[in-house]
Amino acid sequence: MDFSFLQDSYELLLKGFWVTLRVFLASGLIALVVGTLVAVARVSPVPAMRVVGTAYVTLFRNTPLLLLLFITYYGLPAMGIDFGFFWNVSLAAGLYTAAFVCEALRSGINGVPLGQAEAARAVGMPFTMTMTQVILPQAFRLVVPPIASVFIALAKNTSLVAALGLADVAFRLQGLLRDYPNSRTAAFLTIAAMYIVIVAAISLVASWAERRWKVESR
Amino acid sequence: MKARRTRFVAVVAAGLLALSACGDAGNDSDDGADGPDVEVEKQDFEAGTRMAELQKAGKVKIGVKYDQPGVGFKSATDDDPSGFDPEIGEILAAKLGIDDDDIEWVESVSANREPFLQNGTVDFVIASYSITDDRRKVVGQAGPYYVTGQSLLVAKDDDSISGPEDLKGKKVCSVTGSTSIKTVEEEFGATPAGFDTYSECVQQLKNGSVDAVTTDAAILLGYAAEDPDKLKVVGEPFSEERYGIGYGKDYPELCEFVNETLTSAFEDGTWKEAFDATLGKGGAEAGDPPALDECA
Repeated sequence: MDFSFLQDSYELLLKGFWVTLRVFLASGLIALVVGTLVAVARVSPVPAMRVVGTAYVTLFRNTPLLLLLFITYYGLPAMGIDFGFFWNVSLAAGLYTAAFVCEALRSGINGVPLGQAEAARAVGMPFTMTMTQVILPQAFRLVVPPIASVFIALAKNTSLVAALGLADVAFRLQGLLRDYPNSRTAAFLTIAAMYIVIVAAISLVASWAERRWKVESR
Repeated sequence: MKARRTRFVAVVAAGLLALSACGDAGNDSDDGADGPDVEVEKQDFEAGTRMAELQKAGKVKIGVKYDQPGVGFKSATDDDPSGFDPEIGEILAAKLGIDDDDIEWVESVSANREPFLQNGTVDFVIASYSITDDRRKVVGQAGPYYVTGQSLLVAKDDDSISGPEDLKGKKVCSVTGSTSIKTVEEEFGATPAGFDTYSECVQQLKNGSVDAVTTDAAILLGYAAEDPDKLKVVGEPFSEERYGIGYGKDYPELCEFVNETLTSAFEDGTWKEAFDATLGKGGAEAGDPPALDECA
């Protein structure tokens, strides 16, 4: 296998890796914030909020990510809203992943014993405080593994942005395939290794968080 | 909820509209009928050669680009692709004794040119296919039949870019390959924008979302000629791309055949006629025919 293309291309690949990483971080942040808000909405005592939360999940979880990317990439600029390539695609990936974060987190919220919420209410905590002080901290520690899976999926999903204005690692791969037909397998393996690095980092953070927040015998 | 849904539908509709607008690009291209009329001739090829096989089969499969006006282009409504590359293909087929109508055109995007030749999906690739050492390791490349170079396409009213040295910090789009984007990125400090088709690059240039498109001048001239009110090619070419004709590595005898065909097309003027009818329409000069590489 011929890896000699790396000599000429490693800088470009690193730049592409950095773009992939930035899209992942930006969309991951959007997903975490929006996903938490939607999860809270879905368990809120206000019926209208629950309806909005359910509608959000139905809409974003059931739409192919590529379609969402097209909507923010072509649709928003056509309506005069344009945040630039980076935020347009990060927004789509973030909002899509938020639906999955929400569902994972909701299962965590439901996994917190009901007595916790009742106790919080009994001492007079309002809903928001019950959530932020009592329920969510316990829910998050319960859902570290499923959330990690959601983020791993997001990291790999970011490869879709290669055709939508960003020169990420997947885009660099296309360039390498054109210029180095003799090194195709090597190019695929190199790019795969870069995604594996990101995914391995997510797994490491997840297992650290799991250990750190371990629930002692429940 | 209702309001949300309405807004969503509006966004989808806007998205689809934008998509369909892209599809329209270049519908008014010519059908390529005004290229040179090449006479179909039945040569006597040595038995067992690929040329004899193709002549006997009476048809040939040629891979060309479908998205490069002037070079190789076919819209959804065209029957056959038009451009300089398909014209060269017709000249080649005629020398095999094969009529235009018996050429099977196959769209070959950049990344599948080598696989197509390796697995026999096409017999020849004539698709703005630069000759490189790395490619010659996996396929045969004869020629060149045309020499061009990396250049820049910018908006007509953009005076800030007159050559590659003005690219610092500008958003530049290229789908040609890693080498051409590397040049503008590392030597001239441009920020790359990633797309998978030239048409999308050009669309984003017209939208103003990118500042320049970089690839071979031949391809850029085709786009500029299609929309001269909005686009222009600037600066001198800053690389050398030698377009070759790709063939399967199992048939080395095709190299001599291609070279002989090109030599006669250079000499009898059909090469220049083919150029003038396609790329030349945008004002480009054919110049002198390039010197051919010797066959190994």
